[in-house]
Amino acid sequence: MTALAELAYLLAAVCFIFGLMWLASPATARKGNALASVGMLIAIVVTLLDRSILGYEGILIGLVIGAGAGAILARTIRMTAMPQMVALLNGFGGGASVLVASAEYLRLSATGGAALDVGISIQFSVLVGAVTFSGSLIAFGKLQELVTGQAVTYPLQKPLNAVLLLAILAVAAYLVVPGSGLAAPLADLFGGDAAVPLLVLIGLSLVLGVLSVLPIGGADMPVVISLLNSYSGIAAASTGFVIDNNGLIISGALVGASGIILTKIMCNAMNRSLGNVLFGAFGAGAADAAAGGAAAGGTYRQVTAEDAAIMMAYARSVVVVPGYGLAVSQAQHAVRELATLLEARDVDVKYAIHPVAGRMPGHMNVLLAEADVPYDQLWEMERVNPEFDRTDVALVIGANDVVNPAARNNTSSPIYGMPILDVDRANQVIVMKRSMNPGFAGIDNELFYASNTAMLFGDAKASLTKLAAEVKEA
Amino acid sequence: MLESLVAEIVVFVLAVFVGFQVITKVPPTLHTPLMSGSNAISGITVIGAIVVSGAGYGRLATVLGVIAVAFATTNIVGGFLVTDRMLRMFRKDTGGEGK
Repeated sequence: MTALAELAYLLAAVCFIFGLMWLASPATARKGNALASVGMLIAIVVTLLDRSILGYEGILIGLVIGAGAGAILARTIRMTAMPQMVALLNGFGGGASVLVASAEYLRLSATGGAALDVGISIQFSVLVGAVTFSGSLIAFGKLQELVTGQAVTYPLQKPLNAVLLLAILAVAAYLVVPGSGLAAPLADLFGGDAAVPLLVLIGLSLVLGVLSVLPIGGADMPVVISLLNSYSGIAAASTGFVIDNNGLIISGALVGASGIILTKIMCNAMNRSLGNVLFGAFGAGAADAAAGGAAAGGTYRQVTAEDAAIMMAYARSVVVVPGYGLAVSQAQHAVRELATLLEARDVDVKYAIHPVAGRMPGHMNVLLAEADVPYDQLWEMERVNPEFDRTDVALVIGANDVVNPAARNNTSSPIYGMPILDVDRANQVIVMKRSMNPGFAGIDNELFYASNTAMLFGDAKASLTKLAAEVKEA
Repeated sequence: MLESLVAEIVVFVLAVFVGFQVITKVPPTLHTPLMSGSNAISGITVIGAIVVSGAGYGRLATVLGVIAVAFATTNIVGGFLVTDRMLRMFRKDTGGEGK
């Protein structure tokens, strides 16, 4: 590689870093994204010009197919389906890493084998890339509801995964140093063909990816997507080690760091450790939790849309707490309409966003932005919680666990310790829900039985439309 | 030989620290665009894919490379475009006008 190309890759990496820095504010974020894409263009053009590229046909075909597929995906995807799209793209990134590392391996093994350091990088790249690829496809399947959203568990799960990982390491060791200790017995097994052990390694890694995401329940998907996001970055960085390219290493490291931070934020928001999310099979334990929590029941108060509308129309401040149920019934625009009517009556309207309100980090913010809600009305949990004491009406729409006071005061609750939105401290709480059925995690919610809570049953969109009509009359 | 690997590890670790510094400043409101945007950045693998598919490494390597180019380009184009589509929707309260 020439020095000029190296500098161009550095320039691309600088574009990525500035692009990410500008993502710190919604005002500059679009510019940042554009700058990052310019960086990518520089990197691609330099590679096309500078390298010893002999044939362009294949590259062009790949670029055209990829650009077309990406553009169609980006234009047509619905905002509610954004987690699926990110999962799919994570998978593609991982898949690309596997393919590049495999091609490098085949080339090197035809010319007498790779040096130790390159060999290690190649096997690592194959492992991480394949796990990212198959794991992301399973995550995509779960989000798209092609695969059960429940945590899939089977006996000897952890020992089986451990054995699988050991087998992968043995094959990888064989690929790096065919004669070495642990790997020596594999020499007979694989014979002389260099491609066979590579295929075995890819196969085993793909299985590991599937088996590590299957046991994770649908409610934990925000964590999994963040983690796979990180993996896709690490896979890109490891490809950088394979082809000795600092541009890839830096960019991959940035993405890897980003994914790790988001994973940590999601884990904190659910008060769970990463190990617990990955191996705990939370969804499978929900039956016990429901049995334990059912005793909390009692009488609840119902409210009509008319009364609820009057409560809000004459309030000074209303905080809307949207949950995933809001997105499911596509009621973001109906909320926005209600909020506009309230604001016209000089009611102060805020939205309280729990970090895990959607299906991926920041998902709810995007859904509300799509419905034209200004981002300065979206309040994060830490910032909005002290406000509830001064709030006249908290309107909870399709949220459940993230407003459950049991997380604060019931040590036996499975969600105890999880940070929640303190809606119960508002003067009045209106909870919009389909029925009294417990939510996704199957945990009963004492908020529904509190004296300052009124339940408004029905489909979120229909109820919100009715509320808006009543506010107009009030 | 191992020296170059170590030099690359140094670059990697320093870049991770830069990543931590930069990403922690991104507000939760923008975490979804951050993910899709960083997704596009991880499509940088396309550089490796272009090299293995164009440098005449043999037929199998070329085929693998072309598929890798398609994967990584989907990642790049899809990621940047969808991020832009989302970021276009974010707007500040205009204080009464346009409501």
